[in-house]
Amino acid sequence: MVTTVTSLGRSGLHDWVIQRLSAIVMALFTFYLIWFFASNPHINYELWNAFFSSTLVKGFGILTIILMSLHIWVGMWIVSTDYLKPLSIRLIFQALLVIYCLAIIFWGIQIFWGV
Amino acid sequence: MKFSIYRYNPDTDSRPKMQEYDLEIPEGSDMMLLDALVMLKDKDPSLTFRRACREGICGSDGMNINGKNGLACITPLSKLGKKVTIRPLPGLPVVRDLVVDMAQFYRQYEKVKPYLQNRNEPPARERLQSPEDRAKLDGLYECILCACCSTSCPSFWWNPDKFVGPAGLLQAYRFLADSRDTEKDARLADLDDAYSVFRCRGIMNCVSVCPKGLNPTKAIGHVRSMLLSRGV
Repeated sequence: MVTTVTSLGRSGLHDWVIQRLSAIVMALFTFYLIWFFASNPHINYELWNAFFSSTLVKGFGILTIILMSLHIWVGMWIVSTDYLKPLSIRLIFQALLVIYCLAIIFWGIQIFWGV
Repeated sequence: MKFSIYRYNPDTDSRPKMQEYDLEIPEGSDMMLLDALVMLKDKDPSLTFRRACREGICGSDGMNINGKNGLACITPLSKLGKKVTIRPLPGLPVVRDLVVDMAQFYRQYEKVKPYLQNRNEPPARERLQSPEDRAKLDGLYECILCACCSTSCPSFWWNPDKFVGPAGLLQAYRFLADSRDTEKDARLADLDDAYSVFRCRGIMNCVSVCPKGLNPTKAIGHVRSMLLSRGV
């Protein structure tokens, strides 16, 4: 058993499940956006605004943003533990990573909810 | 036939080098790479490599042959082309020439407790197993610990101290799948961290190089499934 402190989950299984679950939700949101663009070839501001004003899109979007941040956290943490060997560089990278992921969540909520 | 072989003697060399050799191979013979290495060693006794059984059982002569890990004793020269490049197994410290320090590999093997654990009272003769349960161990117990798989795995290269590696995980599953073992939960708890199992990205280098034709990636998938059914 290897102990880690900067990973998202406290077990390998936790991170693994989050990564796969978030990938599914992100894919669904992407398909939803593709469907929106495909069914509205002549898109304008009113259409765009109406789409993002619906509670469904707001909720789905915020959920996707949160899960995307967690996905980035898990994925980039793995990359950093593979390739960044000096402790100081790894620690700084992981600290910035956590701040970045949390910032995306708050900024994303503000944007989606602000429409 | 031309050979380019990795040479490094830490006592005398400041850095490793590739040394070129020419060897006359008798016409019509289809010897194994190990036979050629033994012939080269007759010409140059300083050339160092491990070998023992010379028939793919002991796993001593694992090396990187034309970029792919394998056992020299069961690799026919006829399949290697005109020039053969031989290097030590990647990712492990080189002791000398083609001999690597396997300590890190064995430490990971030891971590998975590769022996039967059973808390129940031992029976008078032996712990019996049905033929069906015994069949579940096929494809798992045959590993000869040659390290070809683990040393072809980038996850093992980057984290050899934390990632158990394909060889160790194959053995972990060999005991998880054993109907006589009673310590499944403790074994799984030991593996449920971000490195031991989950650092496997499923690229299947281990399957591609295993000289015994085993499938560590499949075993790792089974371990993941067991962790999943234990955790949800």
